[in-house]
Amino acid sequence: MSSSQTEPKGYKSYLEEDGGRKGIFKWILSTDHKRIGLMYLYAMMGWFIIGVVLGLLMKLELIAPGKTLMGAQTYNATFTVHGVIMIFLIVIPGLPAVFGNFMLPIQIGAKDVFFPRLNLFSWYIYVLGGILVIISLFGNGAPDTGWTFYAPYSFKTGTNMLPAALGAFVLGFSSILTGLNFIVTIHRMRAPGMTWFKMPLFPWTLYATGWIQLLATPVVGITLLMVAGERILGIGFFDPAKGGDPLLYQHLFWIYSHPAVYIMILPAMGAISEIIPTFVKKTIFGYKAIVFSTLAIAFVGYFVWGHHMYTSGMSGTALWAFSLLTFIVAIPSAIKVFNWISTMHQGSISTEVPFLWAASFIFVFMIGGLTGLVLGSLATDVHVHDTAFVVAHFHFIVFGGVGFAFFGAMHYWFPKIFGRKYDSGWAKTGWITFFIGFVTLYGPMFYLGIAGMPRRYFDYLDEFHGPNIISTFGALVMIAGFLIILVNLIKSARQGERTTEMNPWGGTNLEWQVPTPPPLENFEEIPVIEKATYKFD
Amino acid sequence: MSENTHHIVPYRTYGLILLLLVTLTGISVAVTQIELSRWATLAALLLACTKSAFVLAVFMHLKFDQRIYKFMVVFIILVMIALIVLTFFDYGFRR
Amino acid sequence: MTDAIAHHDEHRDDEGSKLGIWLFIFTELLFFGGLFITYAVYRHGNKEAFHLAGQELDVTIGTINTVILLISSMTIAMSTTAIQKKDKRATLVLIWITLLLALAFLVNKYFEWSAKIDHGIWPGSPLLEELGRGDTLFFGLYYFMTGLHALHIIIGMVLITVILARVRNNRITHDNFQLLENGGLYWHLVDLIWIFLFPLFYLIA
Repeated sequence: MSSSQTEPKGYKSYLEEDGGRKGIFKWILSTDHKRIGLMYLYAMMGWFIIGVVLGLLMKLELIAPGKTLMGAQTYNATFTVHGVIMIFLIVIPGLPAVFGNFMLPIQIGAKDVFFPRLNLFSWYIYVLGGILVIISLFGNGAPDTGWTFYAPYSFKTGTNMLPAALGAFVLGFSSILTGLNFIVTIHRMRAPGMTWFKMPLFPWTLYATGWIQLLATPVVGITLLMVAGERILGIGFFDPAKGGDPLLYQHLFWIYSHPAVYIMILPAMGAISEIIPTFVKKTIFGYKAIVFSTLAIAFVGYFVWGHHMYTSGMSGTALWAFSLLTFIVAIPSAIKVFNWISTMHQGSISTEVPFLWAASFIFVFMIGGLTGLVLGSLATDVHVHDTAFVVAHFHFIVFGGVGFAFFGAMHYWFPKIFGRKYDSGWAKTGWITFFIGFVTLYGPMFYLGIAGMPRRYFDYLDEFHGPNIISTFGALVMIAGFLIILVNLIKSARQGERTTEMNPWGGTNLEWQVPTPPPLENFEEIPVIEKATYKFD
Repeated sequence: MSENTHHIVPYRTYGLILLLLVTLTGISVAVTQIELSRWATLAALLLACTKSAFVLAVFMHLKFDQRIYKFMVVFIILVMIALIVLTFFDYGFRR
Repeated sequence: MTDAIAHHDEHRDDEGSKLGIWLFIFTELLFFGGLFITYAVYRHGNKEAFHLAGQELDVTIGTINTVILLISSMTIAMSTTAIQKKDKRATLVLIWITLLLALAFLVNKYFEWSAKIDHGIWPGSPLLEELGRGDTLFFGLYYFMTGLHALHIIIGMVLITVILARVRNNRITHDNFQLLENGGLYWHLVDLIWIFLFPLFYLIA
C-alpha cells in the first residue's frame, strides 16, 4: 500500500544539500550518515570488482590440472589478496557500513548517528586500510600466506606482510569505531516511544554486531601487532625456535575471526528480516525469538573458535569442548530460518526483486549452514579440513549469506536512497543468472572436497578435472549475472526514472515514512512511536 | 540534555581510596617477597583484582553511575575470563 | 545549515558521550587481553624460567611506578570534583600534577629499559637467545606489554594536555565537563592495566 507523500515546503533531498561545498568535497568532508553510507558503497564496489577478478583468475587457473595461467607463488598471492579484500574490505564492513550507516538513524527516528565526525573518520581509515593493502602488492610482492596470516610462515615469508598486516589493523579500527558509534546511537537516540522491543530487526542486528566488532576486533589487532613484532624484532611469540607456539597465533587469530563471521552475517539476517514481512504483507513471526537468537548467536559465537583448529594439534579436551559449543551456536540460526519461513506461510507473497534475493538467501544460507555442521563436528571435520569442501561452505554462507542479503537490501532500499527506479526485468534476469552461476560455481566444490582435493593449491590430480570445469563455468555465468545487476543499478542510479514515492513496497518502518530521497536531517520533526513494528492492516 | 545528577565525590574519598590502594600495593610486594611460591602469585593477582575493583568503583565512578555500566563491566570481565579458560582447555591438557 | 549535525550544542548528551568512552575502554581491555592470554599460556609452560627471569626486574622501581600511577589516578579523579565545585585553579593544578606524574613514570621506564638494554637484554638480542626460551618469552612479553602500555601513557598525556587547554580557555566548565571525566576514565584504564602488569612481571620472583 503506497501513500502519496507530502513534500514539506523548502524540502531538499540530502543529495541536493551540499553544505556549501563543491565537487568531491561535498562527499569527503560530509558527516551526513547517508553520504558516508554511499561512500562506503562506492569504495566497496571498486574493491569487489578487484576481488572478483582475482577470484576469476583462480578459477581460470583451476580449469585444468597443471599450470594454466600462473605458477604456485602467484596463485598463493592471488588467493591471499582475494581473501584480504573480500573479508576485510567487503564483508566485514558489509551491510553495516552501507545500509547501517544509511538506514539506522532513519529506522530509529534519529537525525544522524551519535558521533557523526567519528563516522566520517571511520571512513577515512577504511580508505587508509585499503591503500595499505594496495601498497603490499608492490616491491617484494603480495603476501602469500592466505588471509589467515598463519605463523610461523607469516613472519618468515619474504613477501610484504607488514603493509598487509598494518592494513588489516587499520581496517579493524574502522570496524571498531563503527560498532561503537552504532551502539551509542541505538542506546541514546531512539525516538520517543521506541522501546527496545519496538525497534525494527535490522537495528537489533546492528546492535549485536556492534558488540562483536567492539570486543573481538581488538584481539586480532594485537595479534597482528605481535606478528609485526616477530618480523621486525624477532620477538619470539610464535616462533618455536624461541619457545613460542604457532598454535597460540591460531587461537588469538580465530578468537576474532570466528566472531567476525557473525559480524558478517547478523546484519545480513537483519536485512532479510526487514524484506520478508514487506513482501508477504504479514508481520514477522516471532519477533522476540529473532531478537534473542540474534543476541545468542553473538554471545555463543565467541566461544567456538577452536573449530577452525581441529587438526592443528590442540588437546583432546579442547577438541570436544569446541565441538560441543559449535553445535550450540547452530541452534539460534536455525530458529531464525524457521521464523522467516513461518512468516511467509499464509502470507500474500509478491515476488518482487528484493523478495527473490531473500528467498534465495534462505536456500544458500541453509546449504552453507548445514555444511557448517559437517565442519563444526570434530569427527567429520578431520576428513574435509583444508579441502575444497571448506571453500564451498564459506562461500555459500558468506558470499551466499552476506552477498545475497546485500543485493536484496540494495534492491529494497534503492528507490529510497536514490529517488530513482531500477529496471525490474533486468534485475530479475541478473538475479536468476547470478543464482544459477553461484550454485554451479560452488556446488561441485563440496564433492571435490570430500573426494580429497585440497584448498589453496594451484594444481590438482586429474581425477578432479571434471567438476573443476563445471565450477569454472559456473564462475563465468555468475559473473555475467553480476554484471547485469551492476550495470542495471549504476544506470538506474544515474539516469533511472525519478520517483518521489515514499513507500513503493508498502513497508512499515520509519524509512518508508520519510520523503524519497530523505532530507538532510531525515525528519522534519522526530516522530513519536506508538505502534509496534511490522504491523500490516 | 543529560541527566547528570552528578553526585560530587569529596576529595577525602579519593584520598582514602588512594591510601587503601597504596596499602594493598605494599601488601602485594610483601607477600611475594616471602617464598610462598604458587600462592604468592595467586595472592598478588587477587590483590590486583581488589585494587582494580576500587579503581573501577570509586575513581571511575561505577558505584555512583547507572546500573548498566556495572553490568557491562562485569560482562566484559566474564568474557575475558571465558577466553582464558577456553584457551587453557588446550594448553592445560596437552600431553 | 551545515552538514555537521549541531545536536551536540543544542541537545548535548553527556551520558551518551560517557557510554562512548566506556565502550572504547572495553576495546582496550580486550586489546591487552590478548597479551594477557599470551602471558598466561607462556608462563604456564615456562614456570621456572619466568620465576628466574622475574628476578632481573627491579621491584623498587616497579613499586614506585605503581604508586606514581595510583596517585595520578587520584589527582585526575579529584579534578572532576574540583571543576564541579567551580574551583578552576584547583582543577588546573590537579591536572598538571597528573601530567607530571605521568612524565615521571615514563622517565623511570626509560631508565629501566636502558639498564636492561645495557645488560644485553632486548627483543631478539643474542644474549636472550643464549639464555633460552623461557627468558626470551618473558622479556619479549615484558618489552611488548610495558612498551604498549607506555604508548598508552603517551596518548593519555596528549589527551590530558588537550583537556588542560580546554579547561584554561573555559571550554570545559562546571556545567560542561564530560570531556574531563572521559579523559579521566581513559587515564584510569591505563592505571588498571599497570595494576596487573606490576605483579605479573615484578612480583613473580
